[in-house]
Amino acid sequence: MKTQNLLLTALLISAFAFLPSCSKDDDNPTPVVTVPTSPAATSANLTFDFTHNFDGANVSSANFNQFDFITLNDDTLNLTKLRYLISDIRLFKSNGDSVLIDGYQLVDVTNNTGLTYSPTDDIPTGSYTGISFTFGFDSLDNTGNYADLNSTSWNWPAMIGGGYHFMQMEGKYKDMGSEIGYAYHMGTASPSSGVFEQNYFRADLGAINITGDATIEIKMNIAEWYKNPYTWDLNAMHSMLMPNYTAQKSMYQNGHSVFSLGTVVQ
Amino acid sequence: MKKFISYFLILGFITLNYSCAKKEGCTDPASLNYDAEAEVNDGSCIYPKEGCTDPTSLNYDPNAQIDNGTCIYSNSSGAPTPYELEIPVLFAQNILPPVIPSDNPMTYQGVALGRKLFFDRILSGDGTQSCASCHNPQLAFAENSAFSIGIDGIQGTLSAMPLFNMAWNWDNKFFWDGRAAGIEEQALGPVVNPIEMHNTWQNAINSLQNHPDYPQLFNSAFETSVIDSSLVVKAIAQFERTLISSNSKFDKFLRGEVSLSPAEANGFNIFMDESRGDCFHCHGNANNPLWTDNAFHNNGLDATFTDNGLGDVTGNPNDNGKFKSPSLRNLAYTAPYMHDGRFATLEEVINHYSEGLVNSPTIDPLMKTVSAGGVNLSPSDKADLKAFLLSLSDDDFINNPDFQAP
Repeated sequence: MKTQNLLLTALLISAFAFLPSCSKDDDNPTPVVTVPTSPAATSANLTFDFTHNFDGANVSSANFNQFDFITLNDDTLNLTKLRYLISDIRLFKSNGDSVLIDGYQLVDVTNNTGLTYSPTDDIPTGSYTGISFTFGFDSLDNTGNYADLNSTSWNWPAMIGGGYHFMQMEGKYKDMGSEIGYAYHMGTASPSSGVFEQNYFRADLGAINITGDATIEIKMNIAEWYKNPYTWDLNAMHSMLMPNYTAQKSMYQNGHSVFSLGTVVQ
Repeated sequence: MKKFISYFLILGFITLNYSCAKKEGCTDPASLNYDAEAEVNDGSCIYPKEGCTDPTSLNYDPNAQIDNGTCIYSNSSGAPTPYELEIPVLFAQNILPPVIPSDNPMTYQGVALGRKLFFDRILSGDGTQSCASCHNPQLAFAENSAFSIGIDGIQGTLSAMPLFNMAWNWDNKFFWDGRAAGIEEQALGPVVNPIEMHNTWQNAINSLQNHPDYPQLFNSAFETSVIDSSLVVKAIAQFERTLISSNSKFDKFLRGEVSLSPAEANGFNIFMDESRGDCFHCHGNANNPLWTDNAFHNNGLDATFTDNGLGDVTGNPNDNGKFKSPSLRNLAYTAPYMHDGRFATLEEVINHYSEGLVNSPTIDPLMKTVSAGGVNLSPSDKADLKAFLLSLSDDDFINNPDFQAP
């Protein structure tokens, strides 16, 4: 009987010991500080505004369909669709702790929806050494089933890793007088049949000081998708990019410099 | 010796084929049509139907054999009885809830009135056509000609759209060109369109108001016997929101009830493969049971447009040549295809995407390799893709007794 009790106690202890490993961001070693559920005087609510530019020139659905943009590779292009998924905004403290805002947002520039993200979680005010978000879904979030994303046909085919698109950027580019469609779609990468490689990345936006409720601008420089570090040649890669491993990993590399912190109003 | 090897190979082939030929049928002993000899369940099982068996109730089901205690009766106060749309399991699991406008809540009396109006020729100018004249339940509420012919014998220019799962159109833009903001608005058009039912609303309302039954039916549904066009289309919209299709073979496959044939399974892979069919970007996937994005695309049909489609509605030339992606459900019943019914068969549709794409300024970037005419599928891939597409057809939907003329 005593042995049984000891066994039971050991099992209970090990069960609790393993609980923290169930955290959905277990690929990130930073300890997570629980977000308080009720706002206190020292807490702030954050709103994120997503804005878009092409090397500084503002981009919105109003200037879609116009061949206004030239890539580093000298490809002249327009946009007809741009939507992308971000998730798990995180703020880092100097002591290594971080605050996670658990959730996701589909930013749809084409339809002017999702351009403002207002998570309900409040965060402690203070000075943060960094703010970041996940571009797309991390490996665990990408196994979830989300009715709103399914309803907008955002899914990524199972044969190349499943889950969801991270981005759909579409339009046309000019090639010797003709207009050729491109579909720059990003999601899980597949180096070979039945083998999948995670392709999400953490976009780091730098330090931020939160003194109260704040509206934070997150800027996407679309030109960066085509230039840094990989100079993108649309003639070489313009469509059928989802199963194209080289294309997916080039998007992954170029994506790291796409986002930056804009104005912060608080 | 060579001859002997040939015979041996042929014999082996025949034996292999023989051993693979398993009898298909219903393998569930709990069904009404259990086939003890069947080894492969082909999805044909028929079960005793549960439902309300009381003819005096609002939801009497004449096909139900087992009363499951769900009978609903009229409210003694005379107020209409709320109607809860039954959400199919794959819809509930995967997509957002349906759109029910707050100013048109569904009621049993409203749905019943809408059904009667939908099938009644009283709404047309000369009493010869009803909504169902061009939206035949047996054809998934479409029709089998490219263009409808109105009461004056004049042909329209756009194909009658099939009607199902309309409550899940969250953008609320209806018709091929998105001209109608909501089902109610869509239903307003045909009654007074001079090449369709060619009536006036005043005349239609007079006919209904002077009818022996309709004033009372409107009173039951809307608590007023003063009929107007708004109430007519509200009732029709309520009925149309009940038109749910969710029991195709592919639905059964997703629910784990049946297996796909090798051709259907390969066809689904072609559908989902960006390098081959790439159909999923506009027509959904296994997580979206609608099989449409309900959005508007130029799918490479023409170099110039006789009908600008969405462009005429938005006034934006960048939308010229764009038409709504129709659902791929029930394709077995909805030929001919495309907004103008130009393709008589599914083979023609698949050939269009494979080799027949035509470039134009607004062609969707997803219509890739347009310079080569399309994705150039092999003949066997085309056949398998068609097999998958037909697995989306829902025999139970077209035969649902609730969706036939009352």
